[in-house]
Amino acid sequence: MTARTRAAVLATASLNGLSRRLGLGGGTVVGGRLGLAIAPNLLEVLGSARTVAVVSGTNGKTTTTRLLAAALEEAGSPVVTNATGSNMPAGHVAAMAAGPPNATAVLEVDEGYVPAIVHSLAPAAVVLLNLSRDQLDRSNEVRMVAARWRGTFAAAGGTVIANADDPLVVFGAQSAHSVVWVAGGMRWRSDASGCPACGGRIRFDAHGWSSECGFARPKPDVDVDEGPDGTTTAVFADGRRLAVVLAIPGSFNRRNAVLAAAAAEVLGVPADRALSAMGRIEGVAGRFSLHSVRGVPTRLLLAKNPAGWAELLDLVAPGSSPVVVAINARVADGRDPSWLWDVPFERLAGRSVVATGERSADLSVRLDYAGVTHERVVDPTDAVAVASRLAGHTEGSQPEKHVEDKRVEDNGVEEQEPVEFIGNYTAFHDLLRASRAS
Amino acid sequence: MLSRPLRIVVVYPDLLGTYGDGGNGLVLARRAERRGIPAELIQATSDDPLPSADLYTLGGGEDGPQVQATESLTDDGTLARAVENGAVVFAVCAGYQIVGTTFPAADGTAVPGLGLLDVTTVKGGARRAVGEIVVDADLPGVGRLTGFENHGGVTATGPGVRALGRVRVGVGNGDHTDGAWSGRVVGTYLHGPALARNPALADLLLSWATGSDELAPLDDHLEQALRRERFDAALPRRYRLQRRWER
Repeated sequence: MTARTRAAVLATASLNGLSRRLGLGGGTVVGGRLGLAIAPNLLEVLGSARTVAVVSGTNGKTTTTRLLAAALEEAGSPVVTNATGSNMPAGHVAAMAAGPPNATAVLEVDEGYVPAIVHSLAPAAVVLLNLSRDQLDRSNEVRMVAARWRGTFAAAGGTVIANADDPLVVFGAQSAHSVVWVAGGMRWRSDASGCPACGGRIRFDAHGWSSECGFARPKPDVDVDEGPDGTTTAVFADGRRLAVVLAIPGSFNRRNAVLAAAAAEVLGVPADRALSAMGRIEGVAGRFSLHSVRGVPTRLLLAKNPAGWAELLDLVAPGSSPVVVAINARVADGRDPSWLWDVPFERLAGRSVVATGERSADLSVRLDYAGVTHERVVDPTDAVAVASRLAGHTEGSQPEKHVEDKRVEDNGVEEQEPVEFIGNYTAFHDLLRASRAS
Repeated sequence: MLSRPLRIVVVYPDLLGTYGDGGNGLVLARRAERRGIPAELIQATSDDPLPSADLYTLGGGEDGPQVQATESLTDDGTLARAVENGAVVFAVCAGYQIVGTTFPAADGTAVPGLGLLDVTTVKGGARRAVGEIVVDADLPGVGRLTGFENHGGVTATGPGVRALGRVRVGVGNGDHTDGAWSGRVVGTYLHGPALARNPALADLLLSWATGSDELAPLDDHLEQALRRERFDAALPRRYRLQRRWER
């Protein structure tokens, strides 16, 4: 390291520490920006003496990054990661500057930055989850992202661990010299009907997908069996069958855990050890875990686009708990909430539903046409309180059979079915700030 | 009046469904049903022949799928025949360009459209038109429209059509007008679920499709709340800017 890069590392770590101490923020971006300004090659320098693993895709990358980091920590070596989801180079610099120079880095990377990061850091493993539209009024068309990935991996080393079920991911990954294909699942197909290879049609059937030009689903190296009772089993090419049991909910999370386990194996951690470490993760940056919002137990869920919403509505659909749906349309959310009409909100019909957020008027019209009876409460914390009341959770109005079961926990949170709060990006983070862990 | 269910076809959601445009078909079907008019809503994918219908909606799409959809619709021929026979068409964004005479492919070459509206689209400058759009519509009884636009095309209206209306906020066709209409074919850059924000336009299309001049009024208080909020958000900004220029 030159004196200049040493100064840049020091500046990054110091400014981030200062920012955190002053309570100005998570301190992951500001220091990284300063470091990159001092030494533009800081990323390359920081990456040169360590193993790097990268996780990218439209949905699930923050959670999968956390799972993979847990799996690699299991091996006993130090791990640094951009756990707060600052997934652009300033965040990567900050994460690496915060730990020892030889610590393994597990980095969540924005889809558009994959070429730059692969070029700068030469990761040993790259996990590619899925590609679908995300806030289209400010980002690239997804096909273009897949084409750029394809060009990048044709000229890169390392191993790509890719979702064989997503045609756009396969198109982006199959140019790599070493690929591990995983049956990562694909709930959302609306963005993948055009063949990225020939422009024709992709046809999906029970066995996978194919296009008339011969572009087709690769045979997975790691398959996934899903039982009717919600059990998930990873099936490796050598015959190993490993149960995927996570503390966080959702079949999409279990599928992503299989991708992370395959990546852990590439990096030297056996998949069974990796999976048991991942199973202990209970919440990821506030997602999936239980919080208290004005005393109401609330499970916080984040969805940013139609594919993510479809997954989370699947997750909450079997229950009977009240649901709060929160929609904003700030720059980070995408200014255009038209995508609400692509989300299958019909699945919430019959539930106690409260619409909230800065764009709750749009949501309210959408829910009405979906046949979902609901109330609209603009303030999100008020909305949680109203949802709890709607479901009869308050003293006095609670159905009698529940009253006897109800216990008051030490932290004042009553033990009752939690309110499900699903928000898009800024709506989720606003509520996370207004709540406390329970 | 129709003696059978009103048939509404969402054209090629597999190719033309980028911005929640399927919402337009849903809004039309529900608004018919709420008045006791049975409606059949069909999502017609591009691998099957296009069904005959009373009302078609076309959505937005990326460059490649837009060309594919146009070729399929031209080969299929059903949509053009249906329009000759009086079917109603509501086309937004890329769908609006498709029903015109030509539009640009990704490389800028002119692709022949379906020719249902006398409009031609060419590539605009480097900046896409992205944002809230407010249009004062020339269509009878429709009034002010609110929507969101996101397109790179600039569209010229020919003598065979009238512009849909005058742009108050936003870009639209690029000449202070938005969209076009002729007979029962309506095109606009208000993309996505434009009819959810503009129930009066939805009802005009429904009255054309059902042959009923007097549709029963519906409780639209949710839609009206949304419209007030959108106009408040979009209009003052422009007026603030205007005042700054005048100063």
